[in-house]
Amino acid sequence: MKLFLKVWRQNDRNDEGRFETHTLDEVSEDSSFLEMMDQLNEQLLEEGTEPVVFDHDCREGICGMCSLTINGHPHGTENSTTTCQLHMRKFDDGDTITIEPFRARAFPVVKDLVVDRSAFDSITQAGGFITVRTGSAPDGNALPVPKNDSDRAMDAAACIGCGACVASCKNASAMLFTSAKAGHLNMLPQGQAEKDKRVLAMVSAMDEAGFGNCRNFGECSAACPKDISLDYIAKLNRDHIKAKIKSVFA
Amino acid sequence: MFTSSLGKKYLMALSGLVLIGFVFVHMAGNLQILMGQEKINAYAHALQSLPMPILWGSRLFLLAAVIVHAVTAYQLVKENRRARPHSNYIETTKKAGLASLRMGLTGSILLAFIIFHLLHFTIRLIYPEYDKMMTMVGSPDSDKIHDVYTMVIAGFQHTWVSVFYVVAMFLLCGHLAHGVSSAFQSLGIRSENWRAKLELAAKAYAWVIFAGFSIVPLLVLAQNWGMIKFFNFSSGMEPLALN
Repeated sequence: MKLFLKVWRQNDRNDEGRFETHTLDEVSEDSSFLEMMDQLNEQLLEEGTEPVVFDHDCREGICGMCSLTINGHPHGTENSTTTCQLHMRKFDDGDTITIEPFRARAFPVVKDLVVDRSAFDSITQAGGFITVRTGSAPDGNALPVPKNDSDRAMDAAACIGCGACVASCKNASAMLFTSAKAGHLNMLPQGQAEKDKRVLAMVSAMDEAGFGNCRNFGECSAACPKDISLDYIAKLNRDHIKAKIKSVFA
Repeated sequence: MFTSSLGKKYLMALSGLVLIGFVFVHMAGNLQILMGQEKINAYAHALQSLPMPILWGSRLFLLAAVIVHAVTAYQLVKENRRARPHSNYIETTKKAGLASLRMGLTGSILLAFIIFHLLHFTIRLIYPEYDKMMTMVGSPDSDKIHDVYTMVIAGFQHTWVSVFYVVAMFLLCGHLAHGVSSAFQSLGIRSENWRAKLELAAKAYAWVIFAGFSIVPLLVLAQNWGMIKFFNFSSGMEPLALN
């Protein structure tokens, strides 16, 4: 298939950036979106121009490294899919595809389509962990966890930290990511001791990183390749209120 | 407590819940106009005769809720615009409805409506003749009281005033359709099992409020156009001069 690509090019975070158009022939329907990008870069190298810089790693939909806003949708229009798992058969011959970086003030563009998502790391570092020596894996059932709790914790832990929630949000809010990272620990017995401290620290790290505020649109959850539910945001709100009230009387 | 991003959302939700409750009580009170002149006049007089601390306490409480809601919304919008300085070349939405996307627009127009509405009926600056509209009908004793019944009907004689009221109530309906369920989400009182029911209840509530408020100006308009004979006034009533 033949494709017309409108790709965002930006030299560094201070550059204004612009779109560049390229025509790509003989794209296989079976190739993934990133393989199509590889093909574009091979063509650019043959032409003697600089290839397009984009993030990728596992190409299995589990590492959270790939990004790209494709025709206005982070990771493309498919539900529950990362860019690397998106296949070209979802497009038609002759399509024009607009490819942009994830857009948010907290995610500055490093180059072309690569953005710096270390703001997420600062949120995780603020409380997305348990401060005890975990040692080796505990014996099964040594620490009983109700099935429902473990399921819900696992659903939250499925977050790969790709940042599609921020990119899809009109306000570039990181509530879905923060709520998933705080939520999965807050639902398990190991996470109880530091629950309040964790919630307060992660929310203030999120605010400091310059993310916007949640307006309960639900765009984040719709764009999330791991289908993280808005419930975790409600839970973070709930846990935050409790932690705040407790901190007043502490 | 209220300085973080979540704290501001709590303020929006709490002040919003106050106003959500208020519009229902206000609507229920208004609907007494359908039960006749005596009923609505007596109700309005009873409200205005409440002991000073209760009357002014409630008024200031509601005013504070509106101010907190509007000021916090302004702060949030400012932060949100800063957080997303570059828009996508193609802006898309997958899930968000029109009501949720346009909260700022509906909210701003509603703020203008609230100011107009207070000037219209409470402060009575729009029509200076209102202060002369006194009657014995509905009065608990021999004193003359405000003839709210006539004030409302006279107020809606200008078609544009009635239309503005109905349009504002439609925008309120949109604002509530997202706002009611959003308030619960911001306070963390929502779960997957609840979500669909809560959203349905919010939409139903929004439409009830719209219908309950709009029926009065719509009935006055219908009577003016000779379609019905419901209120006790001649359809040739002169529109009041605007201040």
